[in-house]
Amino acid sequence: MRVGVLYSRIRRDEKLLLEALRDRGHAVEKIDVRDQRFGLTATTAPVEDLDVVVDRCLSTSRSLYATQFLETYGVPVVNAPETADICADKAKNSLALAAADVPTPETEVAFTTDAAMEAIESFGYPCVLKPVVGSWGRLMAKIDSKSAAEAILEHKATLGHYEHKVFYVQEFVDKPGRDIRVLAADGEPIAAMTRAADHWLTNAAKGGETAAFDLDEAATTLVERASEAVGGGLLGIDLMEVGGTDSGAYTVHEVNHTVEFKALTQATDVDVPARIVDWLEATVAAFDDSDQTDIDTDEVTA
Amino acid sequence: MFLATRVVCTMTSETDPVLAEDPITGEEIELPADVEVGEIIDSPVTGTELEVISLDPVTLEEAPELEEDWGE
Repeated sequence: MRVGVLYSRIRRDEKLLLEALRDRGHAVEKIDVRDQRFGLTATTAPVEDLDVVVDRCLSTSRSLYATQFLETYGVPVVNAPETADICADKAKNSLALAAADVPTPETEVAFTTDAAMEAIESFGYPCVLKPVVGSWGRLMAKIDSKSAAEAILEHKATLGHYEHKVFYVQEFVDKPGRDIRVLAADGEPIAAMTRAADHWLTNAAKGGETAAFDLDEAATTLVERASEAVGGGLLGIDLMEVGGTDSGAYTVHEVNHTVEFKALTQATDVDVPARIVDWLEATVAAFDDSDQTDIDTDEVTA
Repeated sequence: MFLATRVVCTMTSETDPVLAEDPITGEEIELPADVEVGEIIDSPVTGTELEVISLDPVTLEEAPELEEDWGE
């Protein structure tokens, strides 16, 4: 198959994926999104003959626009722009999970510091304040007191970008020193790991210690439902254990749409890039079947 | 303000490590033989992130700084 990889920097993740695609004999077109222009009906990006474009944009804004344009041109793209739109925004993410009855931390959004303060006070201390757009644990605040809340809200209100005036307040989940990252393709888990740290933020990007994790039935089901809630695709689904490591109860706090997987490759025995290529091959085959069905239907109705 | 600095070197063969000049310090650094355009390399001299701009000839540039919407 002919695969476009949309990127703005080749991280270890992209390099592993490129190697796996080439090892499998697939033709790869690297597309640096920074060099391209996207018109209403056409683009400078070389996408005409591609079977699929994989969005690996590091920048969320570029990811959202580029995938939307590609879909408009009829270019198959994963993940779909609808999925990206939900996953890129924590508020939309929370709404989608809640709408699908997937357990997720209690959350409120407020638009002024006064309303945000009321939300924080209603949750009590500690609680969590997050930017609606962002990753790797950046600008996340665990709020332990009213005076800390006042200071953080004042700082956020003066940061400048309007998104910092969308105050996303969440209950603090007392996780057992770790959370769980699952890489899933259309809801089917590829690999899972825990990320542990003494700090309340356990992201691998923050230095959280990783270890392979065996998903139980409850977690597997939640991963499938969380994936479906945001429209499926290749996703990084983050869970926290509620009530301790043996409770078997989980809450899903986030679903990521341009998921990094190098840490999973190191923490588990799974050949993650190869499994991603497996999924891409199946996805392209499904696109082809769908096109053939459309043609058959057209012939019948003509 | 970000000022791009480019340094050009030449590749030898497809299996040999690629030698290139660190655009910050001017020191010679070794890149993996399978280096990709767009790849980010941590400078072994300063730890600065460097981006591979081209392969033939090999051109390195100081990588763009982290932006607020970067991530997963």
